Amino acid sequence: MTDPLLPPKRKDPLKNTMMGHVAPASRSRAAKAMAARAAQGRLVLQSCATCARVTYPPRDRCPTCWGPLDWTDQPTGAVVLAETTIRATTDKFFRDHLPWRIGTVRMDAGPTAIVHLHGDVAVGEAVEMTLKLDRGGNPALFALPVKETPNMQDDPQLRVFTASPKHRRVLVTDGRTALGQETARALLQAGAQVVFLGNSDRLMRYNGQPEIEAEAGVEPVTLRVTDSRSVQELAAQLGGRIDVVVNTALHTRAGTVAFGGKLTDLQEAMDVEVSGLMRLAQAFGPALSARSGDGVNAAAAFVDVASIYGLTGNPGFAGMAASAAARMTLLHGFRHEMQQTGIRVMSILTGPIDDGWHQSVPPPKVTPAQIARAIVQALEAGQEQTCVGDIAKNLMARWQDDPLLTVREENQ
Amino acid sequence: MSASVLAQMATALASGKVKCVDLTNTLSPDFPVIVLPAEFGQCAPFRMEKLSRYDDNGPAWYWNNISMNEHTGTHFDAPAHWVTGRDLPSNTVDALPVQDFVAPAAVIDISAESAAHADFVLTRAHLENWEAQHGKIPPKHWIALRTDWYKRVGTAGYLNLLEDGAHSPGPDAGAMEFLVHDRDCIGLAVETVGTDAGQAVHFNPPFPAHSILHGNGRYGLQCLTNLDQLPTFGALIVACPLKIEGGSGSPLRVIAMIESV
Repeated sequence: MTDPLLPPKRKDPLKNTMMGHVAPASRSRAAKAMAARAAQGRLVLQSCATCARVTYPPRDRCPTCWGPLDWTDQPTGAVVLAETTIRATTDKFFRDHLPWRIGTVRMDAGPTAIVHLHGDVAVGEAVEMTLKLDRGGNPALFALPVKETPNMQDDPQLRVFTASPKHRRVLVTDGRTALGQETARALLQAGAQVVFLGNSDRLMRYNGQPEIEAEAGVEPVTLRVTDSRSVQELAAQLGGRIDVVVNTALHTRAGTVAFGGKLTDLQEAMDVEVSGLMRLAQAFGPALSARSGDGVNAAAAFVDVASIYGLTGNPGFAGMAASAAARMTLLHGFRHEMQQTGIRVMSILTGPIDDGWHQSVPPPKVTPAQIARAIVQALEAGQEQTCVGDIAKNLMARWQDDPLLTVREENQ
Repeated sequence: MSASVLAQMATALASGKVKCVDLTNTLSPDFPVIVLPAEFGQCAPFRMEKLSRYDDNGPAWYWNNISMNEHTGTHFDAPAHWVTGRDLPSNTVDALPVQDFVAPAAVIDISAESAAHADFVLTRAHLENWEAQHGKIPPKHWIALRTDWYKRVGTAGYLNLLEDGAHSPGPDAGAMEFLVHDRDCIGLAVETVGTDAGQAVHFNPPFPAHSILHGNGRYGLQCLTNLDQLPTFGALIVACPLKIEGGSGSPLRVIAMIESV
């Protein structure tokens, strides 16, 4: 079993803060393709279109018949054949995390692979294979126990592949919505030490305010994502004590492009969702980056919640979809910047939320609590991209299959 | 030979015999704006983005881009702001006669009533009673309603938006008809976020101050501060809205000139 992770002591101000290093980053195009699928929590390997052989590590042609390779989902079973513990290395990232245990597994999919081992698995045992991203965005196979073990999430090797909220201090940017409030609750439930809950207008009451502000672990803070000074002031005060940022700020308004859409709604959505993301990134990105190796509650992640319709557009919510698209695009750039320093930039994509701004949309709709659970699960798994709810999952599947067709389908 | 009126004024300003009082709240993202039901377009608050501050974006100069609604912060309402004033000639801020931008004020103190009752409604009877004590309001005056509401700025009590709507003092239709038609006021100047009472949507007609002022070519001044520093009569208000083409109103710096006693 894993020793339970204890809450970290307060920092010794005389000690240097540990820099966050990332594993070596230079990988092939094939490895990047594997990373793109790992980002979605899929366990994929390449299989040959001609002879059906499944192969690992990533390569460009089938090693048996030189046939073309496709990325395909694979069974997750495997058996540990051998293990070893690394005690010395010249790599800066692993040097910070020694000793490091790796092993050889024979995967049910076929290949034998060298993988990272959870502390609770041993040679000869069956394991559950997962495909994760390391903090630099590279794909990595990680073997987990088949059945949940005590304190399994606290395994030190697993923890560097995740951004678990346990013992971490989290900023939720918009606490005025049910989404922000449910997210705060779910994070505290998952062991977050504190949730700083943003309020863009401290003089104006909001639904649920007395209840959420009375929850143990919730600390209300003033934060207007439309106001650079407000964002900078909060980062200046709390940046060094925030380990995870969850941006739940959304601005959803119904409207078309040419017939009845309101330009002011689009402008406001862009300011809240796009400029707001950039303000948060500029204010909190450097502070997070400086602390990605800072012990148990090292800074770990920036999570952004956006509408799935950023992929395709949406005829009834054109402005919202446009701002989501811009937001996703900005997030790609932000992710690349933060990968250099070991901070995960995660994306939660949602279909219509069951809130006051989606009254005209028929079910199924996603509840704020569902999104909150997805945020926690993404952090605990270290999963870069998550679609919440049937609408978002279905749309993503169709979009991956045929993006141009999906755009047409969604804009009928 | 006696000096001209303006020369006398200049001397009085220089000597401090005439004092300028700032009636303006500071424009900042923190300053509240009126909140409408969610289905309507919302008044944009003041926003400011630094362009440069002696840095790589402008090494020797400091300046900001700003944005806001025409009715954000201390602001002026032109007749075109309301549907009742839509067909009046020269009803937008760029077209108003500049002569109107400097005008005397009659300050009506309803601060005690407003403190006792946030929904205090100013009526014609109250005004007639007031005139019996203070004298008749001359024409072409700003009617300045001193409520001391400005002291609530920075608290939730300023907008005072409860579950049944906003609660702040203001006039009823009878008071507005009296001030506009019988006293020929230039406009209504208030410390609250609007010239109308917080609950004025439920009045008949709704929003009587906006409706009657602007329907008759009169103006509004809102979100003022320091009206408690003005005498009942004798203050001169300088309120020059920005010359926005076709603008319905404008944030502005409002000052009052008062004579020291």
